Amino acid sequence: MPGSLLPKNAPNIPLGRKCGALIAAAVVLPLALSACTDNGKGADGGSSDGSIQVSSTDTECKVSASSAPGGNLSFSVKNDGKQVTEFYLLAEDGLRIIGEVENIGPGLTRKLVVSANEGKYVTSCKPGMQGDGIRAGFEVTGSGTGTAVDDDLKKLLDTGVRQYASYVKDQTEQLVAGTKDFAAAYASGDAATARELYAATRMHWERIEPVAESFGDLDPKLDAREADLEPGQKWTGWHRAEKDLFPPAGFKLLNAAERSALAKQLVADTEELGKRTRTVELTAHSLGNGAKELLDEVATGKVTGEEEIWSHTDLWDFQANVDGARIAYESLKPALLRKDAALAKTLDEKFAALQAELKKHAKGEGFSSYNELSQAQVKQLASLVDSLGEPLSRLTAAVVL
Amino acid sequence: MTPAGPVTDESPAKKRGFSRRGLLSLAGAGGAGAAAGIAAGLLGHDTIAAAAAPAEHPDGVIPFHGERQAGITTPAQDRLHMAAFDITTEDRAALVQLLKDWTAAAEAMTAGRTTGATGAVDGPYDAPPEDTGEALDLAAGKLTLTFGFGASLFEKDGKPRFGLAGKRPDALIDLPHFPGDDLEPGRSNGDIVVQACADDPQVAVHAIRNLARIGFGKARVRWSQLGFGRTSSTSRAQQTPRNLFGFKDGTANPKAEDKELLAEHVWASAGKRAGEAWMAGGSYLVARRIRMHIEIWDRTSLGEQEGLIGRTKGSGAPLSGGEEFTAPDFAIKGKDGEPLMPMDSHVRLAHPSQNHGVRMLRRGYNYTDGSDGLGHLDAGLFFIAFVKDPRTHYVPMQMAMAKGDTLALEYLKHTGSGLFAVPPGTKPGGFIGEGLFA
Repeated sequence: MPGSLLPKNAPNIPLGRKCGALIAAAVVLPLALSACTDNGKGADGGSSDGSIQVSSTDTECKVSASSAPGGNLSFSVKNDGKQVTEFYLLAEDGLRIIGEVENIGPGLTRKLVVSANEGKYVTSCKPGMQGDGIRAGFEVTGSGTGTAVDDDLKKLLDTGVRQYASYVKDQTEQLVAGTKDFAAAYASGDAATARELYAATRMHWERIEPVAESFGDLDPKLDAREADLEPGQKWTGWHRAEKDLFPPAGFKLLNAAERSALAKQLVADTEELGKRTRTVELTAHSLGNGAKELLDEVATGKVTGEEEIWSHTDLWDFQANVDGARIAYESLKPALLRKDAALAKTLDEKFAALQAELKKHAKGEGFSSYNELSQAQVKQLASLVDSLGEPLSRLTAAVVL
Repeated sequence: MTPAGPVTDESPAKKRGFSRRGLLSLAGAGGAGAAAGIAAGLLGHDTIAAAAAPAEHPDGVIPFHGERQAGITTPAQDRLHMAAFDITTEDRAALVQLLKDWTAAAEAMTAGRTTGATGAVDGPYDAPPEDTGEALDLAAGKLTLTFGFGASLFEKDGKPRFGLAGKRPDALIDLPHFPGDDLEPGRSNGDIVVQACADDPQVAVHAIRNLARIGFGKARVRWSQLGFGRTSSTSRAQQTPRNLFGFKDGTANPKAEDKELLAEHVWASAGKRAGEAWMAGGSYLVARRIRMHIEIWDRTSLGEQEGLIGRTKGSGAPLSGGEEFTAPDFAIKGKDGEPLMPMDSHVRLAHPSQNHGVRMLRRGYNYTDGSDGLGHLDAGLFFIAFVKDPRTHYVPMQMAMAKGDTLALEYLKHTGSGLFAVPPGTKPGGFIGEGLFA
């Protein structure tokens, strides 16, 4: 049934997926009588899972309890007002944010799960997202069994984010320098040198791909594959040069003027990228998600050989994506060890296993060509990517919750 | 089995009170001529269809004939089997006969009957049964069979086929390359498409199988696709289903009840040239096989999933607030002045208000086709939409989404594609696409 048929403020109907069977058995009922949500428990209609109910209207902030046992607290925040609202759990000083959920549209319900130990706190709804909000005291008692809040955690995370930021800066600088060398060789017609530099230079891009891709105008100019283009779109960037350097049969090579223009554009766009990365704001959140996205890239583009269809240097990109994910993970690892040491152990193992498999395909300074891999070898790599990708996707929540 | 003897139905109370054999027995008993014909095994499809006039049966029968073809605004059934055929003959008369044979078979199967004069078990021992038999004992299952013509039926290598010069509608374009397309020729295009939808998968598969069998020598299956669960509702009486991302899909679909919307956005006009007037009252079917990278989607946080779609995962309400059918508010802003409906969210990019007001009637299905050899499910959405004119009602929106929709860029891959001109419906005694060959 559409959610609209669920009576408002009727949060405790434990229907869930069983509802389908009920509907099937009672098709003649008027729709409004079969009051189901597809996902009754914890969905937008409310919850029956023991979370603290918060109703935020334009003038009030009703919290169903004023205290709770320590550990993981779950607030189910419903916006019963007309304005967009936010909900905060603040420390006793009313300044430090323990947890927040923002951008709750009218009528929607959002979950806030925070970890808090014994002490006094402040709850605050902020309809209209302005001012200090509508505040009340909230007490966390000592009888809980959850994890305690670690005040040093934030410092660990901040240190990790700074480390990762300097990694991004370093990779960007190497990318700019490498691109200039590549562009010079390519423009001058020294295809042998350009081919040699191609994959190695791109590794700097691939290591920081989530950051590099965040500039929606530069990414297609630098990294569009031919299949990514729309009719009439000018094709620039790495893959245009790739096709020219590793041409398929019958491909008409670019002339000197075209090469020169392409090389010049590549350098200019890369320098612009370098400039912009200096002002990117990184958070623990973006590091964790970035690591996950790098593994996604491997799973959908590299392990399938779709990224470098002319040069077949996908394993170089593969290695670079894994490098980038590992650095992001290691930046967060000190914090993760405090929050979930078992996850850290798993991630260490899975990174090592994937790296060991990749190493089997190392050749000289780089890697075997993708089209030299057997189907069984590709399958093995894909399997190890999945076994790392799955736990890696839990990293963000583990450190920021 | 004695072909000429009275055919008795041993189990009259079949599922939902209806049986393919049962109806055949009635037909056989209904007239001596028909019975004799069955004995000789000589009756054509047309004859048997006439002999067993489709009874008004409330039990899961969607009428095949009508002003429009069934299977468009028909409340979306649960299962799909779609097939595209290459016509292997160049003989116009043979093609017309094929369409007549298919019409007869479609009439019979949508009415819950077997194909051919002698069905699955009432023919001679020494001959293979006319109907393949796997739908015996099953009800009609709301089977609809919807036929459409691809551009390659009209011309090949720049030369007209079947005397159809000038008949290809202007709206039956060659779809452009959309950014990110990774189309497999073996999953794309085709001369004639047949969409079989039913509430029982075996009924849908039986229908395509028997049409393919009738077509041997004239038509060859180019590709076919099973869909196991509908992803759209085409009537207000239906609940909005979920796609394999776990989200409600097609909430804003025009519904069968919205007659004016359908006239404006779904039903084709007579066009500008006399040669395309045969399409008046038809529609254009866009089919896209969209692989979903479900494994990496499943590793994406709930917050990001909702942001990519623009709806909550639970109720399907737009992130701007309200409930499932609340209109999204694209202007309302959240923290930092960013819109609550993100600029790259799927709902925003696909919404009529962002696409010059155009709508499409979506009728897609979830699919899984085994696995991809790398330990991932080959799963996704078999997108089907019916539109008035793909040049205005599909291409611009798909181009915008292929460029700007993060969901499309990161989690989707289009692997198959087809565009087909779906002619208007048929009258009893007529055949599919009759107007095209008039």
